[in-house]
Amino acid sequence: MTLVALLQAATGYTTTPNGLQHLTVPDSGWAWFIATVVKMLLTFTIYMVGVMMVIWAERRICAFIQDRRGPNRVGPHGLLQSVADGVKNIMKEETYPGEAYLPLFILAPVMSFIPALITWSVIPYGAPWDSKWGTIDTALAPMPIGFLFILAIGSLGVYGIVLAGWSSNNKYSLLGGLRSSAQMISYEIAMGMATIPVLILAGNVSLNTIVSRQAGWGLHWNVINVTVAFFVFMVAAFAETNRTPFDLPEAEAELVAGYHSEYSAMKFSMFFIAEYANMMTVSALMATLFFGGWDIPFTLWDNVAPHTLIKTLVTFAFFWVKILFFVFVFIWIRWTLPRFRYDQLMALGWKFMLPTSLVYVVLIATATWLLEYMGVHPASWQFAVAMLGLNVVAVGIIFGVIDRGRLISPAYSRLDKRHIDKLREARYGRARLTPATSEGGAD
Amino acid sequence: MAIGVKVLERPIEQTSYVRATLKGMALTLKHLVNRDTVTIQYPEQKWAVSPRWRGTHRMLTTEDGKAKCVACGLCPTVCPANCIKLVPGEDENGNRYPLVFEIDEFRCIFCGYCQEVCPEEAIHVGRHYENAEFSRDGFVYDLERLMAQTHPVSELWDPMDPKGE
Repeated sequence: MTLVALLQAATGYTTTPNGLQHLTVPDSGWAWFIATVVKMLLTFTIYMVGVMMVIWAERRICAFIQDRRGPNRVGPHGLLQSVADGVKNIMKEETYPGEAYLPLFILAPVMSFIPALITWSVIPYGAPWDSKWGTIDTALAPMPIGFLFILAIGSLGVYGIVLAGWSSNNKYSLLGGLRSSAQMISYEIAMGMATIPVLILAGNVSLNTIVSRQAGWGLHWNVINVTVAFFVFMVAAFAETNRTPFDLPEAEAELVAGYHSEYSAMKFSMFFIAEYANMMTVSALMATLFFGGWDIPFTLWDNVAPHTLIKTLVTFAFFWVKILFFVFVFIWIRWTLPRFRYDQLMALGWKFMLPTSLVYVVLIATATWLLEYMGVHPASWQFAVAMLGLNVVAVGIIFGVIDRGRLISPAYSRLDKRHIDKLREARYGRARLTPATSEGGAD
Repeated sequence: MAIGVKVLERPIEQTSYVRATLKGMALTLKHLVNRDTVTIQYPEQKWAVSPRWRGTHRMLTTEDGKAKCVACGLCPTVCPANCIKLVPGEDENGNRYPLVFEIDEFRCIFCGYCQEVCPEEAIHVGRHYENAEFSRDGFVYDLERLMAQTHPVSELWDPMDPKGE
């Protein structure tokens, strides 16, 4: 029972600024213990099945985008394709490179896989349930340090990749691992900075607080209140999960398969699962931090008492709708965009995302302070509308002014001067062709 | 900017990344929802081959079930791949017939000359392509096997009717 008491102390109480909910952990230790075990099993099962389904979805969607059919043989619409692949990968022979450092070589897939899984323990899946044994929180471990925990664990994922690259004793693997570490470090900072506006608004780092601040009609969703932070977070999330256009660690044209070149059978499969697991985790984070978590927009039904089991289940389903939407966006982007060049990647991370998120933190802090000073309550609609107005301006500046060749440095092209003049002519007509514009020479 | 990467000055309206991205996403979404899949689901769904398709051989038979072949020897002569083995025989009435007639489908280049040259319209190339076997020996078709084939035969190109009308 001491362990239970200890864990119980760690989870603590959460209260909300707008007073819509007061979450408490159940008083009875055993009810809480059983609930936690059930939640663990549910989380793990849903998550692993979800990863399988996401892999299937990725293959189907990419096939559709490319006018193909995708896997459609194993099970209805190929739904069991991942099962078949899993069976195949377990049966396959594991190969070990002769010069590999085996302890780390074996540990690396596990290390890339586990952090993605652990992050789920702090994400609240649905509205809390007022059962007769006490209020049951839907997060596995509703820690008061919530988001800090996610940042800490999220950074661990890179170790698996770096160690895989190093222990393979293969130059391509090592390069993949190095790229990955550089990329993750660069984007982790922007990611952390992008969440600070969210934390400022919530006044806390606990994910339950962040979600309950956004609860309501949907006007207080952080995507409306801190839009730029959402965009920065999304781009950083793509980088963190090594998805296209940030999949430099496994750039197959340059690095064979990057850090997992030397892996076969189930160990490769672990990296594969880890990639999709990360994708789902980050999708869940985006939904939680910016899209109201389990909150259902345009209704207060899910936010007011009584918190029945039905409400928990409906909000849970709605949370998954949001996650799957982001997973779809991930897949959609992957099959649309080509990979960045390395210098583009670094320039975007350090020269755009980091300054932008820093400036944005200052902006949001000032705006919230000003609004509070003017007597606007953070839970009122005036606050949300004022923030929305601010964000429209900020997004306009970023996409209208900064995104003019400064966001991603353009690729080298063999367009010659004549061609450029022709393009300009097509756009402006001859009259606008000033001598200054024809100075920019070819190469 | 990294050293050695040449960047061209372009018209400013061409350098937006976000706009280009959105355009690309619109295109992929268009293909996703309104896709034009041309893939054929092979074992269930088969490609309609051309009437002039030259595939697995077939020996046509007379009404009493004998091969039409008279063992004239034209097809092994004309065969550029030298894949037809013919040993002629003669019955008591003086009718020639093939004692051995074998086609090695591995050597065959499916030019269709054998069908074109055959005076009796006996040997044909067929509109058929699923002739996989588990061993190499299976690809040498003897007379019985050639006669047992049932697939439609190829219509060779007729110079008098070049469009097949």
